[in-house]
Amino acid sequence: MGFRHKDIIALKDLTKEEIELLLDTADNLSEINQRDIKKVPTLRGKTVINLFYEASTRTRTSFEIAAKRLSADAVNITASTSSVVKGETLSDTAANILAMKPDIIVMRHSVSGAHEYLAKRVSCSVINAGDGAHEHPSQGLLDMLTMRQKFGKLAGLKVAIVGDITHSRVARSNIYGLTTMGAQVFLAGPPTMMPPGIERLGNVTVCKDMREAVDQADVVMMLRIQLERQGKTLLPSMREYSRYFGLNPAVLALAKKDAIVMHPGPINRGVELASSVADCDQSAIMKQVENGVAVRMAMLYHVCGGEPVE
Amino acid sequence: MNLLIKGGRVIDPSQGIDETMDVLIADGVVLELGQGIVAPEGTQTIDASGLLVTPGLIDMHVHLRDPGLEYKEDIATGSRAAAAGGFTSVACMPNTSPVIDNKAVACYVVNKAQSEALVNVFPIGSITKGSKGDSLAEMGDLKEAGCVAVSDDGKPVCNSELMRRALEYAKGIGITVISHSEDLALVGEGVMNEGFVSTELGLKGIPWAAEDIAVAREVYLAEFAAAPVHIAHISTAGSARIIRNAKARGVKVTCETAPHYFTLTDDAVRGYNTNAKMNPPLRGESDVAAMKAALADGTIDAIATDHAPHHPDEKDVEFNAALNGIVGLETSLPLSLKLVEDGVLDLKGLVSVMSCNPAKILGLDRGTLRVGAVGDVTVIDPAKEWQVEAAKLESKSKNSPFLGWKMKGKAVYTVVKGQVVYQA
Repeated sequence: MGFRHKDIIALKDLTKEEIELLLDTADNLSEINQRDIKKVPTLRGKTVINLFYEASTRTRTSFEIAAKRLSADAVNITASTSSVVKGETLSDTAANILAMKPDIIVMRHSVSGAHEYLAKRVSCSVINAGDGAHEHPSQGLLDMLTMRQKFGKLAGLKVAIVGDITHSRVARSNIYGLTTMGAQVFLAGPPTMMPPGIERLGNVTVCKDMREAVDQADVVMMLRIQLERQGKTLLPSMREYSRYFGLNPAVLALAKKDAIVMHPGPINRGVELASSVADCDQSAIMKQVENGVAVRMAMLYHVCGGEPVE
Repeated sequence: MNLLIKGGRVIDPSQGIDETMDVLIADGVVLELGQGIVAPEGTQTIDASGLLVTPGLIDMHVHLRDPGLEYKEDIATGSRAAAAGGFTSVACMPNTSPVIDNKAVACYVVNKAQSEALVNVFPIGSITKGSKGDSLAEMGDLKEAGCVAVSDDGKPVCNSELMRRALEYAKGIGITVISHSEDLALVGEGVMNEGFVSTELGLKGIPWAAEDIAVAREVYLAEFAAAPVHIAHISTAGSARIIRNAKARGVKVTCETAPHYFTLTDDAVRGYNTNAKMNPPLRGESDVAAMKAALADGTIDAIATDHAPHHPDEKDVEFNAALNGIVGLETSLPLSLKLVEDGVLDLKGLVSVMSCNPAKILGLDRGTLRVGAVGDVTVIDPAKEWQVEAAKLESKSKNSPFLGWKMKGKAVYTVVKGQVVYQA
């Protein structure tokens, strides 16, 4: 089967087969990243614009490398959100970019729904590199690829996601993707960071205590706490957060023996993750970053109408 | 010029009338009600058989955007939208530029309305100077200039002491205080109702408690000051409950809701639909049900539209950046008639909340077809089916979540002071 979507905005929109296709393609393409000459001509002549309205180093770089390894021309635009205040609307920016005839716009934006808005107004493909607290599909896919490589399957896995669920687009994409693939998702976090109705998003279980979520888990995914944002009203202190919702060796011991630890990065060491856990053998964090390139190659490839890579 | 409206089903709760009869208006005033009225020669006659004839509808909460924001709406276009919706009177909010916080701006609205408006336009002045919530506006002057109420519309008066004094002062001069009830700290950066849909869309939510807490404060202040207060556009089950209880205790509190709050839920926001972005936000199923129940038992006194025109550029943006509000004057009547079809209200109840009660709350000598009253009349075809189309809306702005909806019921004649100002 081919990939039928012009855009990739949300994992909520993808079927099990489409997610599998993207993961299979990423698995195949990851071999390119191991070569001496890390470049194939697949997307030669295609133009990819990375339009980033929010600061991001790893996601932007990962998309840029992915595009370049497929021989696409990648251009980065770091649009300050202040340009919106200055008067240029997203729709005007999009029109200007579109006039330069790109094939794909990869966008990160602080407003949920900005990609849906953009995709309706441009003829080229739009890939969501994170929109507000809505979705972050490339992160969800690279997380799933990392799990699948480790366990050989996603169905039946117990995945604990711990932290600020309310503000996390990573959590939402993982919830949609993982439950679509048949994994079980358990959430934990302070009640101030657990949004209403979250359990209805994809048959997930909300746990009062992170130990409940981690108990017998195959995967423990820790979310980043945004120190600048949550300090005000959502938490008494980072110290208390790390005590009740940080992953330390004792809590990790509750998970299955071969469980892996994940984090979308960047890590607040000592807050979400004890350093010893971040750097332990069970940590898959660097593998996630590595898989990010392959997954993004697969996304770029399929929105350009690629057939499955044999 | 005389006008005879013949053979319609006259519904006038102010006189307990619901029967087929004729209405004769002469020199802008209701001259006679009765069967088989024979009008003098040359009288304009409307055959109203099969139609409803009601006191002119009154929308006590609209935004005409004039002065200052005429690119969205002005007094002339807003009044045309009102007439097309069956409204003979509208009360317009003071969040213009400049704010209607002094006699000069109030007089501008009154004068411009006299020369350009198709319907009666009654300005609402602000409670505080510049609607900044710091000090009281000159309410005496505002009333003298023609303002029928005061409100810092769109903004709560956060300072409880100032709100107390506003209620006391307004009571002294006999002008209604309208409260926009919202706890701004709880609203925070919220852009839609807090609930499952906001979780799914990843949009910041506004909890129902933000409205309920503010409504409760107004109720307690009104009770303490022994002064009346009117709560604008309630949207939550909690607000309805608080007001119901307060009324039972004898507190002088009245309130309104808008058609969208008894018609739509926050589901309408899906797809990041900016035409479903408003303040207060569209709520959940149980709140919609509570609005209907509160209309049915008389807790809600009025249906007002909160007609809030915005230019397309202000809505055709990312959800967070979109301005709040929808146009409502031309869709209010059919959406409200649906309440009758659904058995929530009877026709008398509907006319009460859309005409008699708003007149009472604002102290207007309208909302009745009593002999001697101003000849403001709405003639409604309750069976007329039509579709909401942007191009056909009289309002300058088209920001409606009901575009494309099939509606049933429409004003077919709008009569102001005996003059037909709109005919479908």
